[in-house]
Amino acid sequence: MKPVSIKLDQVSLVHANGQRAVNNISCEIGSGERVAIIGPSGAGKTTLLRVLATALRPSSGEIRILGKDPWRVSRTALRELRCRIGMVHQAPPIPPRQRVVTAVLAGRLGHWPLWKGLASLAYPVDIAGARRMLARMEIADKLFERCDRLSGGQMQRVGVARILYQQPDLLLTDEPVSAVDPALSDRVIGELNREASERGVTLVASLHAVDLALHWFPRIIGIRNGEIAFDLPPVRVTDAMLKDLYASESTVPTQGNEPLAMQPAGVRRKPLCS
Amino acid sequence: MRSEEAAVQVRDPAAVPRLMLSIAIIILLWPGFRLTEFDLGVLFDPRNREIMGKFIATFFPPEASADFLRLILKATLETLAIATAGMTLALLIAFPLALVVTRSLSISRIGPARGFAAGRFLRLPARFILMFFRSIPEIVWALLFVRAVGLGPAAGVLAIAVTYGGMLGKVYSEILESGDTRPTLALLEAGSGRLAAFCYGMWPVALPELVSYTVYRWECAVRASVIMGFVGAGGLGQLMELSMRMLNGGEVSAILLTFFLLVMLADAISAMLRKATA
Ligand SMILES: Nc1ncnc2c1ncn2[C@@H]1O[C@H](COP(=O)(O)OP(=O)(O)OP(=O)(O)O)[C@@H](O)[C@H]1O
Ligand SMILES: [Mg+2]
Repeated sequence: MKPVSIKLDQVSLVHANGQRAVNNISCEIGSGERVAIIGPSGAGKTTLLRVLATALRPSSGEIRILGKDPWRVSRTALRELRCRIGMVHQAPPIPPRQRVVTAVLAGRLGHWPLWKGLASLAYPVDIAGARRMLARMEIADKLFERCDRLSGGQMQRVGVARILYQQPDLLLTDEPVSAVDPALSDRVIGELNREASERGVTLVASLHAVDLALHWFPRIIGIRNGEIAFDLPPVRVTDAMLKDLYASESTVPTQGNEPLAMQPAGVRRKPLCS
Repeated sequence: MRSEEAAVQVRDPAAVPRLMLSIAIIILLWPGFRLTEFDLGVLFDPRNREIMGKFIATFFPPEASADFLRLILKATLETLAIATAGMTLALLIAFPLALVVTRSLSISRIGPARGFAAGRFLRLPARFILMFFRSIPEIVWALLFVRAVGLGPAAGVLAIAVTYGGMLGKVYSEILESGDTRPTLALLEAGSGRLAAFCYGMWPVALPELVSYTVYRWECAVRASVIMGFVGAGGLGQLMELSMRMLNGGEVSAILLTFFLLVMLADAISAMLRKATA
């Protein structure tokens, strides 16, 4: 049996304002698995990923990440665990004044001794490494650009390059391509999948582009109102399920008292580009 | 259609607290004005106006003899030196304490609640030191240090170092808190150490504001060193005190003009640094 990378048992998370964003989720993700999380806006995808990234502590339930309970171990062990988890945020949390090369190198700060991190501020210690990762995201030419001079999609790809450089054992990506054009999205998700299968590490990605999810990932988890709606391989995810997943719950959008004909966006089996 | 719109009309939940706060502020301010006998009428009293007018008339023309200008130059350099040396020491006091006090960098952010109590324990004395330093006005510190190290600029330097260290430490930690802390948290969540997370996540976000506040404080330190000159800490203040005592309005106005130029200088430096760090 393959080792388990993530194990959630009846995990719930209630935000400070009382919003129950993750509701009684139990699931197991094996080492080396590649999983896409899909679901409507506000379903709790980001919250769930933040729980997996040990950034949020579940209000109840048991959680094990890479074989450890992050909220029971010592502080040093938690830091070691966090070095092995990489997260790409929906909006990359990178200081606007920072240069791209510094932002990418910051991915390894957890592995580096302090002196190396500080030295790298004076002169980047691994320009070649940063450049290689940026080249995989097709933005190698922006190496020494300041991050506030990048477009939204370029910025997201810097975020991805950063965890590629971090080389974690668990890759968590929260809508890594929401601002990237379709062709490049395909490329970025492809690179993430390649990274995961080559190094045999786990990849969990939340995606709004359903076609990308169905095309690239062997396992799809649909989330709605903080609960798992389905957890299936892509071939068994039907259009009806997707429609159900994305159907808006209380109000049917109307136009002149007639229900507005609306298709869930991007429910296509074929990739846009190949 | 209309009734539907009325039905979905939503009230702003923040409106009532905001109104209460405004009322509370007004209620609190009123006794303050009464207590300080604040009365604009005094300014327009004819007798007061005459005295003020006479005093101001002696200000013109400003003293501009070469001898006095040389004195001013020397005193200005001394004042600048007091302010700059004091600020440097203040930075050395303020920065480490600000880092300790800043909550986004605190141990409890890294992980389980276990280190929380310890973190609090360390933060509390740091806060207390900062408060103590700035609760005593610099002029009082100056009087104390004049006793300790004697008359002269050294007392001024020490007084500025202590008071401004307290002020800078508090404001630095607030600037660090109020900036975008997500980059820092993201780094901590990726396992980086706190100092590294500060250098990569917090420093670049807060730098422009830290710089402009520091330059503004330097400007304040110049003014403060002038005041401390009155109690014998050297610089422009001491010169001013002499001129005042001799009722030499021309000299006083020349020194006031120098102050103005210094503030202009600080302003220019601040603008320049802001541009460089933007
Ligand atoms: N910090 C927070 N405090 C309080 N409530 C929050 C917080 N973050 C998210 N929520 C709430 O939790 C729910 C789930 O949010 P979450 O960000 O996980 O959704 P999401 O699936 O990532 O949505 P999207 O696709 O729009 O990114 C939402 O209803 C949101 O309002
Ligand atoms: Mg989200």
